[in-house]
Amino acid sequence: MSEPISALNGAIYNQGIAEILALDPIGMISIRGDLSAGYLKKPIKKITGLGMPEMRGINLNGQTGIAWMSPDETLLICTYAEVGAHLDTLQNSIGSNHALAVNVSDARAVFRLKGKHIREVLAKLAPVDMSPENFAVGTIRRTRLAQVPAAFWMVDAETAHLVCFRSVAQYVFDLLKTAAQPGSEVNYYKR
Amino acid sequence: MLVLTCPNCGITAEETEFHAGGEAHLTRHGPGASDDDFEKYLFMRDNPKGVHFERWRHVYGCGKWFHAARDTMTLEIFGTYTAQTSTVPQDIIDKITDRRPDWQKSDAR
Repeated sequence: MSEPISALNGAIYNQGIAEILALDPIGMISIRGDLSAGYLKKPIKKITGLGMPEMRGINLNGQTGIAWMSPDETLLICTYAEVGAHLDTLQNSIGSNHALAVNVSDARAVFRLKGKHIREVLAKLAPVDMSPENFAVGTIRRTRLAQVPAAFWMVDAETAHLVCFRSVAQYVFDLLKTAAQPGSEVNYYKR
Repeated sequence: MLVLTCPNCGITAEETEFHAGGEAHLTRHGPGASDDDFEKYLFMRDNPKGVHFERWRHVYGCGKWFHAARDTMTLEIFGTYTAQTSTVPQDIIDKITDRRPDWQKSDAR
C-alpha cells in the first residue's frame, strides 16, 4: 500500500512570531446522527475513553479526541493507522440506525501552530474573539480563515491545531506564514 | 456589518461567517397550487424599510439554518431563533415591539 503523505509533506515555517508546521496525516472520522443516542455515545466512549463533548467543546486524550462540530455532527480524532478499526467499531454499533460514520482523514490537512503569539496569528485571519477567556483550551471553533473554511482548537496555552480541506492546504499555509511574519506582533492579548 | 448569534451553536459572529437566505416564513405552494399562488411563492417578496424576518445559514460554522429578525434600515438585530418554526416566537415579537412600539406584524403569506 502507498505511504500516506500530507498535502504539504511536513512543511515548516519558523522564522516568524509563531511556528507553523504541516502535521503528518492524522485520522479523522466524521460522525453524523443523533449525538445523544447510545449507539453513538458507546463506541465513542470505547474508542476514546471520553464522553460526548459539550456544545463547541473538544475532549482530548493524547492522540485521540472527540470534537463537537454541529448539533448533529462530531469529529473523532485518532492516529491515521487506527481509522479502519475505529470505523468498524462505529459501524457495528450504528447497525441499521440512521447515522453516519465516514473516514475523512485524506480530505483534510492539519497544521500545528506553536508560540506565544498564536492567538494573534489566528485572530488576524478569522472573525473570532481569540481572547483566552473566550477561546480556552477545550473549545473548538469552526470558522473561516480569510476565504476558506477551517476549524481550530487550543491544545495548550501555546499550541493550537488547525484543520482545513486538503485542496486549500497551500493557501492556508501561506496565510498563516503571512500572519506570522517577523515583527508582526500586535500584543493585543495580554498574557 | 451585522453581528448575528447562531441559535444552533451559540456563536456570535459577524455576517461574513453567515449566508443570507432571503425572506423567512413563506408559505410553500407546490404541485397542485394555483398559478397565482405559485408565482407569489416563487417571486413575490416583501421589501420593507424596517422590521424584516430573514433566513440565515451559519455557512462557515455549524452549517445550520436559523431565523433572524432585523431592521433593514438601522441594521439592528432584534434576535435570532430556530428555523424549526413557521411563526415568529413571542419573545422576538416582544423585543421588536419594545424597540419599535409602532410596528405591526403583517400577516404571514
